[in-house]
Amino acid sequence: MSGARIAFLNARLLDPKSGLDAPGALLVENGTIRDFGPRLFHDGAPAGAAIVDCRSLALAPGLIDMRVFTGEPGSEHRETLESVSRAAAAGGVTAIVVMPNTEPVIDEPSLVDFIKRRAAATAFVRVLPMAALTHRLAGEAMTEIGLLLEAGAIAFTDGDRTVANARIMRRALAYASTFGALVVGHAEDPDLAESAAMNEGEFATRLGIPAVPPAAETIIVERDIRLVELTGARYHFGQISTRGALEAITAAKARGLPITCGVSAHHLSLNELDVGAYYTFRKVKPPLRSEADRMAMVEGVAAGEIDVVVSSHDPQAADTKRQTFAQAAFGAIGLETLLPAALTLHHNGFASLLRVLETMTSAPAGVLGLESGALVKGAAADLVLFDPDEPFAVDPARLHSRARNTPFEGRTFQGRVHRTYVAGVCVFDGADDVGAR
Amino acid sequence: MRGAGGPILKTSHLLGIETLSIGEITALLDLADEYVGLSRVAEKKSAILKGRTLINLFFEASTRTQSSFELAGKRLGADVLNMSVRSSSVSKGETLIDTATTLNAMRPDILVVRHQDSGAAELLSRKLDCCVVNAGDGSHEHPTQALLDALTIRRRRGDFAGLVVAICGDILHSRVARSNILLLSKMGARVRLAAPRTLLPAEADRLGVEIYTDMRDALSGADIVMMLRLQLERMAGAFVPSTREYFRFYGLDRDKLRHAKPNVLVMHPGPMNRGVEIDSAVADDVEVSVIQEQVEMGVATRMAVLDALARGLAREGRNAP
Repeated sequence: MSGARIAFLNARLLDPKSGLDAPGALLVENGTIRDFGPRLFHDGAPAGAAIVDCRSLALAPGLIDMRVFTGEPGSEHRETLESVSRAAAAGGVTAIVVMPNTEPVIDEPSLVDFIKRRAAATAFVRVLPMAALTHRLAGEAMTEIGLLLEAGAIAFTDGDRTVANARIMRRALAYASTFGALVVGHAEDPDLAESAAMNEGEFATRLGIPAVPPAAETIIVERDIRLVELTGARYHFGQISTRGALEAITAAKARGLPITCGVSAHHLSLNELDVGAYYTFRKVKPPLRSEADRMAMVEGVAAGEIDVVVSSHDPQAADTKRQTFAQAAFGAIGLETLLPAALTLHHNGFASLLRVLETMTSAPAGVLGLESGALVKGAAADLVLFDPDEPFAVDPARLHSRARNTPFEGRTFQGRVHRTYVAGVCVFDGADDVGAR
Repeated sequence: MRGAGGPILKTSHLLGIETLSIGEITALLDLADEYVGLSRVAEKKSAILKGRTLINLFFEASTRTQSSFELAGKRLGADVLNMSVRSSSVSKGETLIDTATTLNAMRPDILVVRHQDSGAAELLSRKLDCCVVNAGDGSHEHPTQALLDALTIRRRRGDFAGLVVAICGDILHSRVARSNILLLSKMGARVRLAAPRTLLPAEADRLGVEIYTDMRDALSGADIVMMLRLQLERMAGAFVPSTREYFRFYGLDRDKLRHAKPNVLVMHPGPMNRGVEIDSAVADDVEVSVIQEQVEMGVATRMAVLDALARGLAREGRNAP
C-alpha cells in the first residue's frame, strides 16, 4: 500500500503552517507527499493511482498529541501501545507523545528503546516517547538525559508530577540545557495539592470535597519561569488551567524566554461545575477550573498565547474510577474527542479553523523540533481527512481506547474524522460516505 | 650551585595565583626548573631551609599534595611536621583562629595549609607570624598545582602565548581550575572550559575564558587538555546523572582527543577516576599523557615556593636561623 500512489481529489486542503485553505488535490507516493495544490490534477486524475474522492472534506496534516498516558509497560489492562494507537488513529492523531509514568518508569535508555521497539511492532501511529526527568519520578536525582536523548527520548518530564525541590529542578534544567533537551513540566505545588480532588472554590465547598487553589499552579509556573531564566533550558508547560499561569507565561514569552505551554481539550470544554454529582470521569489533574479560567484558556488558544492543545489522554480502568470522588483516580481519555472538542473554539467563533488545527499540528511540531505537522512536498504522508462540521456524538461503547473514562459521554460535538493516514497507509477508515474507488 | 638568591615574591605568603605578577610567576618557574635538576641527582639535599620549621596542616586528606610538600621541605633541609585534622584539636571543636594561635606559639617558619573552606589560608595568614602557603582552600585556589602545571607545560612547549588550553570537568567545585584559569590567562594562553551546565560556575564567562558544553568543540584545536577529578559524591544524580553518562559525554577518550592538535598534552591533577573522567587508554599513553611528569614537577615547584618564601624570611630577619 505504501509503495502505491494515492491521489486525493476534491479535497479542502488545510495547512496551518503555510495558511493554505483551498480546494485542491494531493498526491502520495511511496508514503510521502509527492505534490499538492489547488491546480493539481485539474486535467484529470493520474493513471495507476488509487483515487480517494474527498468530496470537499478537509485534508490536513495528521494531528500530533503531546500528552498521552498509556499502560504499557505495567498496566496493560488500562491501555497498550497498540490500543492507544487505535484510539489515536480514530481521532486523526498520527503521532503521540507518550508519558514515562509507567511501571517501570521510563527513566533509562533501555526502556526508551523498549517503547520504540514495542511501538514499531504494534502501534498504528508514530509513538514519541518522553523519558523521566528524575529517576523513578521521585523528584530527587536527574536521569541520564544525554544517553536517553541518544536512545530516542523526545523530551523529559515527570508526567503529572511536579519536581517539588527547586534546587533539584534548577540542576535538572541546567543539565538538560547542556544537551538542548526539552523539559515538559507539570505545574502544581504538591503540598498545596495534597489530597485535593477538585478546584478550590464555592462548588468544592458545597460538595465538601478537598480542593486545590489555582495558586498551586501559578506558584510553580512562576518558579519554573525563574529557573528557566537562570538556566536557559527549553521548557514547555504540559498543560495549564488557570488565568494566572497564562498571564505569567505570556509575560515570560514577551521577555524572550524559551517557554511554551499547552492546554487540554478537557480544560477548554469543561469547568468545575461539570463535576456535577461527583462524576469521577471528570476528576482530572489539574482539576477542571472555574468558568473564568476556562474562558481564559479559550482566549489564550485563540490569541496564540497557548501554543498547543493536547488530549491528556489518561486511560483508567473501572476499578480506579468506580470509587468515591475522593478515592477515584485522576484522568480522562481524550484522543478520540481531541479534534471535535478543540473545533468547538472554531464553531463558537473564538478561533479560525486553521488556528485550531495549528495547535495540534505545526505548533506541537515546532515545540518538539519535528519537521512534521505541515503539508510539505517530500514529507511523510501523515494526514487526516475529516469533516469539520459533521455532528459527532460521543458514545463510549464505540471508542477504540481500551478504557472508557471519557468525560464527554453523550455530548455531541461538530467534527468527525473519516480517515487517518500514517506514511501513506490508511490506519483508520471510519466513514462509509467517502468514495474509495 | 644555590645559595640564598634574590627576592622572588613581594609578599610573605603564597595564598593564590590572583595576586602574583607575570614576573613573579616566571621567576618561580625558573627556580622550579633548577630544582627539577636537583631532584634528579643522587644527592638531593640542600641546606636552604636548614633550621627552619615547616608545618603541613591538612584539614582535608591529600596524600599526594602533603607528601609532595613534605619531600620538598626535607630536600631543602627543613624540619617537617605533618598535622592532620584527625590528630588535632580541631576535631574537638576548636576554632580555626584558636588553632592558628596555638600553632603560632610553636614558632613555625612556614605553614602549608589545606582546608575544605575557601578563605581558610587567607584567615590563617592574618593570624600567624609565619609564611602561609595555600595548599588548596575550598573551591577557591590551589596555587602550587597551577604552578606545577605551568612548569610542566613550559618545559614541553617553551611558552604560553597563544596556547589553547581546555580545562574539562567539574569546574564548579575546582580550585585547580580557578588557579589554572588565572595563571594561564595571565601568561597569555587561551583558556576554554568544558562541562555540563551543572558543573559550570555562574558567570564563568566573566573569568576571561570561553565556555563549552560540548567537549569535542572545546577540544577542537587544543594544545593542552586538563582533566579535573569528579568527586564520587557528585555523580549520583545531584550534578550529573551517572558515571556512565559522564564518561560518555565528558570522559576523555581517544575519540574525543582526536579533535585536539596531534601533539596535544593531557594533564590531570590526580588522583584519577579511570572510566569516569578519563579513559585508561589515554591516561597511560606516554605519547600524550604528562600526568606522571606533573607529580615530579610538583615536588620541584614546591621546593621553589618554599625557597622563595624563605628568602623573604631571611630578608626580614624574622626567626633568623
